[in-house]
Amino acid sequence: MTELPLIGDAPGDAAVASRLAGARIGVVTFPGTLDDRDAARAVRLAGGTAVELWHADTELGDVDAVVIPGGFSYGDYLRAGAIARFAPLMSRIIDAANSDAKLPVLGICNGFQILTESHLLPGSMIKNDHLKFMCRDQVLRVENSNTAWTLDYIAGQEITIPLKNQDGQYIADDKTLDALEAEGRVVFRYVGFNPNGSRRDIAGISNAAGNVVGLMPHPEHAVEVGFGPETVVSRETGIAGSDTDGLGFFTSVLNKIVGGAK
Amino acid sequence: MPRIVVDVMPKPEILDPQGKAIVGALPRLGFTSFSSVRQGKRFELTVDGEVTEEILAQARDAAETLLSNPVIEDVVNVEVVEA
Repeated sequence: MTELPLIGDAPGDAAVASRLAGARIGVVTFPGTLDDRDAARAVRLAGGTAVELWHADTELGDVDAVVIPGGFSYGDYLRAGAIARFAPLMSRIIDAANSDAKLPVLGICNGFQILTESHLLPGSMIKNDHLKFMCRDQVLRVENSNTAWTLDYIAGQEITIPLKNQDGQYIADDKTLDALEAEGRVVFRYVGFNPNGSRRDIAGISNAAGNVVGLMPHPEHAVEVGFGPETVVSRETGIAGSDTDGLGFFTSVLNKIVGGAK
Repeated sequence: MPRIVVDVMPKPEILDPQGKAIVGALPRLGFTSFSSVRQGKRFELTVDGEVTEEILAQARDAAETLLSNPVIEDVVNVEVVEA
């Protein structure tokens, strides 16, 4: 199956497609990263151009946004994300995310852990409360549709994307959690079942500016018809689980970059 | 060679799932006297030569920046151990 842009490919919209393809989304690879190719594929399916970035690079280069994908960088040694945080490229990403340009950064799973270790996002992840690795299709509620990565969703919308982790229990002190809630920075919450004991069912959060978002579940694994969490039941009922619920992360940031954001 | 030992523990208010699993396993082996277990980490930093105040300060700095995550862990001990 060839990769066709799912947006911007309508007849007569060649100009839109070309503008989307001009948006360059960097995808970082560390030793032990697993989902970089899936993340790059999600960027391309959304219509953008994926740019491979290597952890040891000392310059960020010409990218409009960055995805830090999942996996087990440095084998999760010391703490998940702890060693990756000090990679040369991470210093550039931290500076760019905090700069006036507010580079959009998405951390998925291990990428989320790297963002908390980098102090771009508050709190931390510890081992799942039940101590087991868990892999399932997970329902999330989009609580904030104003971040760079959630503009194409509607606040309150429920989406289903895969979740797979061992150290996925989000924790922070009550003061931090209260502030996150008050400022609308809880971006995703687990619905129906909390798979890891995360405080207040939090699945993903953002920084104050909304350009940096991290979450444990994997939107890049739900971007293509035939390869996502859709089941016979969800297909017939239309409830909980289309195959492409994760694609909105990538179309959101592309639309923001090309200026078509709502 | 002298070594600097750094001990890191999960913060008291943070549930330690690994410690909880261990305390559940102990009675099955007949160790019934322990009501709670918390699991931490011990790092041994080897120094070539004498441990100066400056090197010890470096070790404390490394303990706070890399060896522990202050959100979830405390550095409970940094000490020099002669080999």
